[in-house]
Amino acid sequence: MRPFVYQRPEDITAVAAIFAGTRQNAGPPSAAAAQFIAGGTTILDLMKLDVMQPETLIDISRLDGLSEIEERPDGLRLGALARMDDVARHPSVTRRYPVIAESLDAAASPQLRNMATLGGNVLQRTRCTYFRDTSWSACNKRAPGSGCAAMDGFNRAHAVLGVSSRCIATYPGDLGQALIALDAVVETRRQGAGRTIPFAALHRQPGERPDLETTLEPDEMIVGFFVPAGAWTRRSHYVKIRDRESYEFALASAAIALDMPAGGPVRQARIALGGLATTPWRAREAEAVLTGKPLTPELAEEAGDVALRDARGRKHNAFKIALGRQTVARALLETAAMEA
Amino acid sequence: MSSDCSRRAFLGAAASSAALSVAPASSAAAAESNPAPAASARVPRVVSLRVNGQPHSLALDTRTTLLDALREHLGLTGAKKGCDHGQCGACTVHVDGRRVLSCLTLAAMAEGRQVATIEGLAGGQGRLHPMQQAFIDCDGFQCGYCTPGQIMSAVALVQEGRVESDGQIREFMSGNLCRCAAYPNIVAAINQAKTEMGRA
Repeated sequence: MRPFVYQRPEDITAVAAIFAGTRQNAGPPSAAAAQFIAGGTTILDLMKLDVMQPETLIDISRLDGLSEIEERPDGLRLGALARMDDVARHPSVTRRYPVIAESLDAAASPQLRNMATLGGNVLQRTRCTYFRDTSWSACNKRAPGSGCAAMDGFNRAHAVLGVSSRCIATYPGDLGQALIALDAVVETRRQGAGRTIPFAALHRQPGERPDLETTLEPDEMIVGFFVPAGAWTRRSHYVKIRDRESYEFALASAAIALDMPAGGPVRQARIALGGLATTPWRAREAEAVLTGKPLTPELAEEAGDVALRDARGRKHNAFKIALGRQTVARALLETAAMEA
Repeated sequence: MSSDCSRRAFLGAAASSAALSVAPASSAAAAESNPAPAASARVPRVVSLRVNGQPHSLALDTRTTLLDALREHLGLTGAKKGCDHGQCGACTVHVDGRRVLSCLTLAAMAEGRQVATIEGLAGGQGRLHPMQQAFIDCDGFQCGYCTPGQIMSAVALVQEGRVESDGQIREFMSGNLCRCAAYPNIVAAINQAKTEMGRA
């Protein structure tokens, strides 16, 4: 690990001044000389691998008032510094937003869930082995313009949706699928001013610039998330398929939320895919297939087909297309069968 | 090998001599030695840690993880460095009562927190913690390398109340790998200790 200066502001108003005092370099936010650290579970790992090389770490983990979990009539407010495990166990979340609790419980390990914060979790960087191993020179995400070793390399875990000619890396998180399915809003703060971003607009498709992963500025900090209440949040569910039953990244996953009376027609469906795409992925065309119809096994399979219609497999990951279809179909039927 | 030149005694002595170079063990002194922004990443940071109830003050390179501070600076070699990337759980300790990975925690991030390691688990008069005794009784290890992490994780698991079934124990112990695959015996040990801990 390269040397760095460690700063720990006690107050959120001090963050901007600390950031302004660091070297301002060109390049993507993930390569900025100053980086925020909260749980540390991603950034310290990547610093040990020399994938990230910050000169300053700004430890925001002790800032006040950013860890709240609050249920309000209009929705759920989650502080950016709330720990994954605290959110997963919170009764408001488990009862009325189960897809959030389930996606968190299916992620990482108990120790990591005690450490990692929600803000850091949604910004977790890809597990692409070529991105993480700097002995591979070709990685457009790590070294813009250098190529992509995964495209024709060992790409079994890689994406089948959202892939560009420059990058095939999978978005690794689970919570992101729940948040995009529930139309969550991201609240940020930068230089003393706040703004909100739809969660669906937080992550960028790789396109020509896979090194630009989010729409955040380098000194912009996520301070919280707002999940609007709705008839669909109670009947919501997360299904994660992986090589082993626990403590593994998704090969395919689906976050589902359904507004439907028990056994009746679907009024509104929300479907998001994980393990399959380059970013948290909303399958809106598949949602439309379900509207107004009873959720039969045949209809669930049709929605799965539509959700993966644009998927393209490469040498080792083509199995994910069939796996993804079945994951969506299974998740829909399990969600429809919930007592909500 | 006689007991006074064992590997553990050697490591302990080495850590003690390393500790001679550090700042005085007082939190007031520590606060004064950390004036506003450090000018250089090469300047050691004075970090006050509370480990198993004992205060320590160490001058550390900011890169020092909590795991390295425990092992290399305090001579507490119970927590193990397995993968050093948060994947194996061998470095599990408790910080403010919660199980965390000390390899992905900077020592500076643990400043002012209560750190508990396997060395602080046993009671007085050589009496083992019920979880330690249960791992012995149930043969919950072979090589023993992962065991301190397994036991710290298992103690937290019981405190979290996630011991209702073997399936729940397995799921919520999945962050601790055992390459000897003592898993069935670890589950048995936790089932034994959860009853004992409930009585305590």
